[in-house]
Amino acid sequence: MLPIEIRDVTLTYDTPGGKVPGVKDVSFNIDASEFLCIVGPSGCGKSTLLNMIAGFLAPASGEIRIGGKAVTGHGMDRGVVFQDFAQLFPWRTALGNVSFGLEMKGVPKQERETIAREQLRLVKLEKFTGSFPHHLSGGMQQRVAIARALAYNPAVLLMDEPFAALDALTRDEMQRLLAEVWRETRKTVIYVTHNVAEAVYLADRVVVMTPHPGTVKAVIKIPLPRPRDPLSVEFVECQKELLRYLGHDANPSETEKSAVNGKLKSGA
Amino acid sequence: MTENGQTIRSLVRAAITLAAAAAVYEAAARSGYFAPALLPTLPIIAHTLFAMLADGSIIEHAAFTLYRVMFGFSLAVVVGLPLGILMARYRRIEHFCLPLVSALMPIPSFALVPLFMLWFGIGNLTTILIVFYAATFPMLFNTWSGVRSVNPIWLRAAGAMGADENSLFWKVIIPGASPFIITGMRQAFLRAWIAVVGAEMIAASDWGLGWVIFDAKEFLNTDIMLASLVVIGGIGFVFERVVFGSLERATVLRWGMTRTAKG
Ligand SMILES: Nc1ncnc2c1ncn2[C@@H]1O[C@H](COP(=O)(O)OP(=O)(O)OP(=O)(O)O)[C@@H](O)[C@H]1O
Ligand SMILES: [Mg+2]
Repeated sequence: MLPIEIRDVTLTYDTPGGKVPGVKDVSFNIDASEFLCIVGPSGCGKSTLLNMIAGFLAPASGEIRIGGKAVTGHGMDRGVVFQDFAQLFPWRTALGNVSFGLEMKGVPKQERETIAREQLRLVKLEKFTGSFPHHLSGGMQQRVAIARALAYNPAVLLMDEPFAALDALTRDEMQRLLAEVWRETRKTVIYVTHNVAEAVYLADRVVVMTPHPGTVKAVIKIPLPRPRDPLSVEFVECQKELLRYLGHDANPSETEKSAVNGKLKSGA
Repeated sequence: MTENGQTIRSLVRAAITLAAAAAVYEAAARSGYFAPALLPTLPIIAHTLFAMLADGSIIEHAAFTLYRVMFGFSLAVVVGLPLGILMARYRRIEHFCLPLVSALMPIPSFALVPLFMLWFGIGNLTTILIVFYAATFPMLFNTWSGVRSVNPIWLRAAGAMGADENSLFWKVIIPGASPFIITGMRQAFLRAWIAVVGAEMIAASDWGLGWVIFDAKEFLNTDIMLASLVVIGGIGFVFERVVFGSLERATVLRWGMTRTAKG
C-alpha cells in the first residue's frame, strides 16, 4: 500500500465572476495503510483537495506524490467513492458495476465475476448481485460503490463524504462496515467528512482545515484502540478536541476570528 | 406482474380508446349528413380492407413502404447517432455542424420532394432520401442533447477505473444517453413514417401506401383511401407501441432511467 505526500498544494478556480480560491498551501503526509480523515467547514476545499489527489484536477502549484510518483492524472492505483448515489451506472447490475474496473483491466469474464462476487460479499450484498441500482437503497448503493472502488485492488481509496446523505442509523452501520473492510484490506484511505464523530470513529489521524480558502489548521492523532466505542469518555474527549479546532467552542488559544465565531455560537 | 401481462393490458387499454373513436366515426357516417361515397361506413371499409388483404395487394404496397422507411430510418440512425455524439463531445464539430443543422431542420421534408424528384427521379431513391432527411434531425438532435446530459460523475467514475476513450464511448456514453437516444429513434421513426407517405404520393409510381391513397382519389374510392389509412395507422402503432415500447422496457425502464407514469 502506498504513502502519499502533499506539498504546498494550491488551486484557484477560474469562474466567469473572477478567480475563486479552492485550497491554499496545503501540505501533509499519509503513511501507507493509514486511515486519514479530512474535516473542515463546508466550502473549505475538501472535495477540491480529494479531486486533486484523484487526479481529476491539477494543482496550480505544489505537488502530490503517491508512492513517490507525482500525480499527473487519474490512475488505477486509486479507487474513488463519491458522495453522490448517482455514481453507479444505472444500466449495470450491482455485479456489473463492481466488475467495471476489472473489465477495463482486461480480466477474463469468469475471473472478474468471482472477484466482484467476493467484493460484494465483503460489503454484505451477496444477495443483491443481480439487482440494478434503482432497486437498491441509498446505503446499499454506497456499499456497491465501495465494492466497485475496491474490486480492481487499488492501493489507495479516496472517499468524499460517502455516507453524508444517509440516515444516522444506516451511517453507523456503514462506518462499522468500512472499518472492518479497511482492517481486512489495509488500504491507504483518505476520507473526507464534516462529521466529527465519524472522523474519530474511523481515522488514525485527522486533518482539520480552516474555513474558505482552506489551509491545514491542525493534524490530530486519534490514539484510541479499535474497535472504538463512540460512547466512551476518551472518544468524546477526542470529539471535543476536534470541535475545538473547528471553532465550535470558545478557546483562548484560537485565532480572534474563530473565538468570535465561538461566542456567537454560545450566545445563540 | 409479468412483462407479458403488462403488454397485454396496455394493448387492451389502447383497444378501448380506438373502439371509442371508431364508434364516433360510425355514428357520423350513418347520421345522414354526409354523402356515403365520401364517408363510407366501417363495414364497407372493413370489406375493402379484407379484399385488399385477400388479394395481397395492400401487403405488397405496405412492404414497399416499409422497405423505404426502414432503409431511410436506418441510414438516419447510422448518420445521426455518431454525429450527435461527436457534436456533443467535440467543440469544433459542434461549431461546424450546428448552424447547418439549425438551418436544415426547419425545412419540411415534403417541400423537398419536387427538388429530389428532379435530382434523383421517381422511385425508391427519392423516397428513401426524403425519409432519411426527415428522420436524421430528430435522431441527431436527441443524441446530442442526451450525450450532453450524461452525468459527469459517471465519466469520472469510469475514468478512475481506467476506461479509455473507446470504452467510455460504448460502455458509458451510449448507455448513459440511452433515454434520449431511444426518444430520438421514436421521433425519427414517426417523422420517417409521415414523410414516406407524403413522398410516395408524388415521387413513387405504382407502389407504396401513399401512392395507393393518391391513386384512389382519381376514382373517388374513399373506402380504399380509408382502408389504407387504417393500415398506415396500424403499422405506425405497432412500431410505436410494440417495437419501441419493448425496446424501452428492456432498457431504460428496466434500469430506472425513465419511469412510467404513476396511477
Ligand atoms: N467547479 C468550481 N468552480 C468554481 N469554484 C468552485 C468549484 N468547485 C468548488 N469551488 C469553490 O472552491 C471552494 C471549495 O470547494 P469544495 O467543493 O472543495 O468544498 P468542500 O470543502 O468540499 O465543501 P462541502 O463540505 O460543502 O462539500 C468553494 O468555496 C467553492 O466556492
Ligand atoms: Mg465537498
